[in-house]
Amino acid sequence: MKEQLEAIRKGALESIGAAQDTAGLDALRVKYLGKKGELTAVLKQMGKLPAELRPVMGQLANDVRASLEKALEAHSAILSRKALEARLDAEALDVTIPGKKPPMGHKHPMYAVLDEMKEIFLNMGFEIMDGPEIEQADYNFTKLNAPENHPSRDWTDTFYLKEDSSILLRSQTSPMQIRAMEGFGVPIRMISAGRVYRKDEVDATHSPMFHQIEGLVVDKGITMADLKGTLNEVIREIYGRETVTRFRPHHFPFTEPSCEVDIQCYKCGGKGCPTCKGEGWIELLGAGMVHPNVLRNCGIDPDEYSGYAFGMGLERLALGRYKISDMRLIFENDMRFLEQF
Amino acid sequence: MKLSRKWLTEFVDIGPVDDRTFAEAMTISGSKVEVTEDLGAEIANVVAGRIVKMERHPDSDHMWICQLDVGEAEPLQIVTGAWNIHEGDLVPVAKHKSTLPGGKKIEKGKLRGVLSNGMLCSLSELGLDERDFPYAAITAAALLNDYKPIDPEKPSIPADIQPGHKIFGSVVAAQVLECTPLGDGSYHTCMMVKDATVCPDIRCDNVHAGDFVAYNTKTDTICTLEDLRAEQKEFPHCIPDGIFVMREDCKPGDDIRPVVGLDDHVVEFEITPNRPDCLSVIGLAREVSATFDKPCLFHQPEVKGGAEGVLPELLDVETPDPDLCPRYTARMVRNVKIAPSPKWMRERLRANGVRPINNIVDITNYVMLEYGQPMHAFDYRYVKGGKIIVRRARAGEELTTLDGNVRKLTPDMLVIADDTRAVGLAGVMGGMNSEIVSDTVDVVFESANFDGACIRKTALALGMRTEASAKFEKGLDILNTLPAVDRACELVELLGAGEVVDGVIDILNYVPQPRTLPVEPDKINALLGINVSENVMYTTLQKLGFTTVKERGMIQVPSWRMDVEGMADLAEEVARFYGYNNIPDTLSSGLNPRRGWSPVQQAENAIGAFCRGLGYSEIITYSFISPGYYDKINLPADSPLRESVKILNPLGEDTSIMRATTLPSMLEILARNNHYRNKSVTLYELGRVYFAKNDGSGMADEPKILSMGAYGPDMDFYGIKGAVEAVLEGLRIENVRYEAESGNPSYHPGRCAKVYSGQRLLGVLGQIHPAVAANYDVDCPLYAAELPFDALFASMGGAPVYQPLPRFPAVTRDISLVCDAKTSVGALEDCIRRGAKGLLKTVSLFDVYTGPGIPEGKKSAAFSLELRADDRSLTAQEADEDVQGILALLKSELNAVLR
Repeated sequence: MKEQLEAIRKGALESIGAAQDTAGLDALRVKYLGKKGELTAVLKQMGKLPAELRPVMGQLANDVRASLEKALEAHSAILSRKALEARLDAEALDVTIPGKKPPMGHKHPMYAVLDEMKEIFLNMGFEIMDGPEIEQADYNFTKLNAPENHPSRDWTDTFYLKEDSSILLRSQTSPMQIRAMEGFGVPIRMISAGRVYRKDEVDATHSPMFHQIEGLVVDKGITMADLKGTLNEVIREIYGRETVTRFRPHHFPFTEPSCEVDIQCYKCGGKGCPTCKGEGWIELLGAGMVHPNVLRNCGIDPDEYSGYAFGMGLERLALGRYKISDMRLIFENDMRFLEQF
Repeated sequence: MKLSRKWLTEFVDIGPVDDRTFAEAMTISGSKVEVTEDLGAEIANVVAGRIVKMERHPDSDHMWICQLDVGEAEPLQIVTGAWNIHEGDLVPVAKHKSTLPGGKKIEKGKLRGVLSNGMLCSLSELGLDERDFPYAAITAAALLNDYKPIDPEKPSIPADIQPGHKIFGSVVAAQVLECTPLGDGSYHTCMMVKDATVCPDIRCDNVHAGDFVAYNTKTDTICTLEDLRAEQKEFPHCIPDGIFVMREDCKPGDDIRPVVGLDDHVVEFEITPNRPDCLSVIGLAREVSATFDKPCLFHQPEVKGGAEGVLPELLDVETPDPDLCPRYTARMVRNVKIAPSPKWMRERLRANGVRPINNIVDITNYVMLEYGQPMHAFDYRYVKGGKIIVRRARAGEELTTLDGNVRKLTPDMLVIADDTRAVGLAGVMGGMNSEIVSDTVDVVFESANFDGACIRKTALALGMRTEASAKFEKGLDILNTLPAVDRACELVELLGAGEVVDGVIDILNYVPQPRTLPVEPDKINALLGINVSENVMYTTLQKLGFTTVKERGMIQVPSWRMDVEGMADLAEEVARFYGYNNIPDTLSSGLNPRRGWSPVQQAENAIGAFCRGLGYSEIITYSFISPGYYDKINLPADSPLRESVKILNPLGEDTSIMRATTLPSMLEILARNNHYRNKSVTLYELGRVYFAKNDGSGMADEPKILSMGAYGPDMDFYGIKGAVEAVLEGLRIENVRYEAESGNPSYHPGRCAKVYSGQRLLGVLGQIHPAVAANYDVDCPLYAAELPFDALFASMGGAPVYQPLPRFPAVTRDISLVCDAKTSVGALEDCIRRGAKGLLKTVSLFDVYTGPGIPEGKKSAAFSLELRADDRSLTAQEADEDVQGILALLKSELNAVLR
């Protein structure tokens, strides 16, 4: 009987080790350990043994059973691991095949720049105002201290909607300065962006419709140093902390003193190159201290209040930002262009 | 405004400052430099040389071998093809390894085997022309030895022509024995005519000993091509071009640049309209002087006068329109000798971008540049009655201006007239009828001050903005007319161009009062955010020509600074020379109660984000369109949208009205993308439309429209509708429903819907009418949606309120209905919702079918119904009862039954 048991153990362990799949393993379990299995069959003969041998043989039989069960379990684990490996292998994908991309729209590059500007000013405590594009000459010119015969009032420069030149398409966002002061009084800290119109033929750097962003701060004790500090901060936010700026005197009817602000050419670092037309500087915006006449026109006492204002073209900013060579691309709205931003 | 730095030195000497430093300093102090130019920058290693010997090239029919003294030990040999040079001539020599304008490089080389160590230069090779050196004009004789007959079979001049042979009439062939330049552009010659010798002095520059010429025995001259009525190709080398033979005071070896005036540096300024005083050399000199803190030396014109006649007897001036002519100053010059002006004057004019013409005209231009005061010179003999009347033009009056154009004038324009007719357009341009010509004898110099607005309107109306009108329109210093006219007369005497009559006619219709302003250092410092002492402020202002007055704390503004009106203007002067960039950077404090995005701005931002999230990209389109675009979108002729706001002076028809709908803009962009073969396109714009307010204000309502547009293989009606649904959902707009819209002429009548939230119309969407698409040359379906922002904003839901998640399971029932094909899914769904008894949570369509198995005229629609109670698990029976109720209503209302 002992020999029988050892033979079963040996044969079974060999068979288990050789089993190729779970089904084969299950068959072996039945063959050896099932109710009609070989081990059970041997155990049934136990009664025929002499009593003193029974415990020994019983011990051996349990030992054989235990070793078979352990082997079955171990081999089962191996087989399922192999099966998993095989499945994973079969499921392998070509990861270089393009993904199923949900559609994604793109913000127009100019509005992307504008939104960036808005965020910067909002973070500095400004509000954003919106105003009419069809505007009174009074707001676009007169209240902004533009002389009656200022060339920008010419019908060759500005689009008019009334024969008496009283209504026009605003040629700048500056009328929003007046609307802000008249509408909200002082103190005020606002920016306003939008469409403006000038009688320029379309070319690589001109468009009869373009966009400006205007800013106005009026309060007690506002100085030109505040103007400089604010604009320098904004410019460094947009163009990087290392940006070098230059403020130089200029003339606008509605500011005094007035200035234009240049940044050192980002391409050549000020040495002079085609981007900056050899000047080393790129003109960015116009600004100045609000002209006392403008404050007076809005019912604000220039002896008590002072302020600064600034304005800049957005197209130029976007063109410079994204190295766009031609302003016409901005209004052409070619998908292949829009998708790049 | 261009400025010659050599000319500037006459007034202020700042020492050796390079162009870049100069430009930067001037720009920073307020005179923006556009560009600086070294006139001779491109010229290197070009010197004056004297031709010591000339020989004909042995292997060429037209080249000369010249030996030149260029100030070196050995003469330089240069081969040239030019014929206008002679031994003894002084010419520009571009030596080996020299450069010329246009990046031209000259190196030595062999010309037909003969070494040439450089090149002799023409005027144009130096970047000059005959206006710069009028004496260098070249006249070419027709040299018979250069003759190339047009038809070799039938030459007009026989090849073997001999001296004395007749050519035609009195013209015979002659051989030149000798030709010597006399130094003034003429030549002494000796020629053999058959047996005789003739010795005329000629003005042709291309004649040398040995040449054959056509000699006119009657006039004792030699013939040019014109005299022979010959074509250039018949005498290919007898051209009115050649080497620049100089009559300048220089010696061989001298650098050519100073000799021809190309050693100057020119600075071009952008002058802002408030500073017309800087449109002059003197004005800029003041700024330079203040910027570099160097003294400025101005010159007081001195006129000797003494010409015959008494000015008031010769000339009478009337100004019947004093408001348009605040001041009229004039002087007279007699016995004028019209000639080219001297080299120094021509050089300065040229450096400042003005073309030299003749001494008198050049003087007026010179004074205009120097003083900024436009001057006009006219011929006295054409001033009928010796009377100048500065008056408004008469209606219908005409004047031919100096540019040769006939100008129709109106009474808004000011003319300079004599007794009978206009002789000039005041402040704009002189008249042809009083032009200075070569035989002009007596000249009137006008130096006046005209009303800027009048001059501007005149120039604009006639489309002739001139240097003078551009200056007048900005407003000129009324005190400048007298020094300017004196300066002109002084120059006349200096140039020997005529004799000046004593006295000045000076009509002053407006006596300007000097402006005095308080200097308020505290206010100025407070405005600028700096701390400058009162003393420094005064010093700065005085450098600019402001003068102190008796009254303490006041300062007088110079007459040329009409732009300075108050404290802020004085602050700018102080700031300019303190340096804008030296003002500190501070951040103003103070909180703004209205800071941050407004609710409207937040909604606009959200709409953009939703659209982009749905794959739609943002576009920017023009606000103005063509009226024809309304036809393109099929708008009926009586549509109120056609009452658009019109631009009275548009750039063109295509941009002449303010759009009342964004649809044409979107369709144009879709069509353009389709034309570019972009396969699949989805776009949006939040743009304005414009409607006149009609309240008499002239203003407009400018509401924003969310415009969406799409086409492509994956796009259909439900694609654009889905995008609209998603945007509305994003905005939490509730009670949304869609109604078929067949009446919108721009859309497909069967594929268009109006969308509502409750009773509020939110907009329209659908497939563009194929006929409209065809108007845009598009043959694939286009889709669009137009949703007014105001309606969207008004319908937006508030912040969401959390609804507890269901605790009990739902029961799902799918029902497949058969109904009339015309019955809409919307009607079925509406009926289902109303038929339910409170347990129905969602209804979703999952199939619509027509075809085999469904009777003709019918369709099948299948819905999935989800039923649920919030407080218990539903039994199948409860769910079925609800469904039965739904089915009953479907049957009774829509005759829709279970399939």
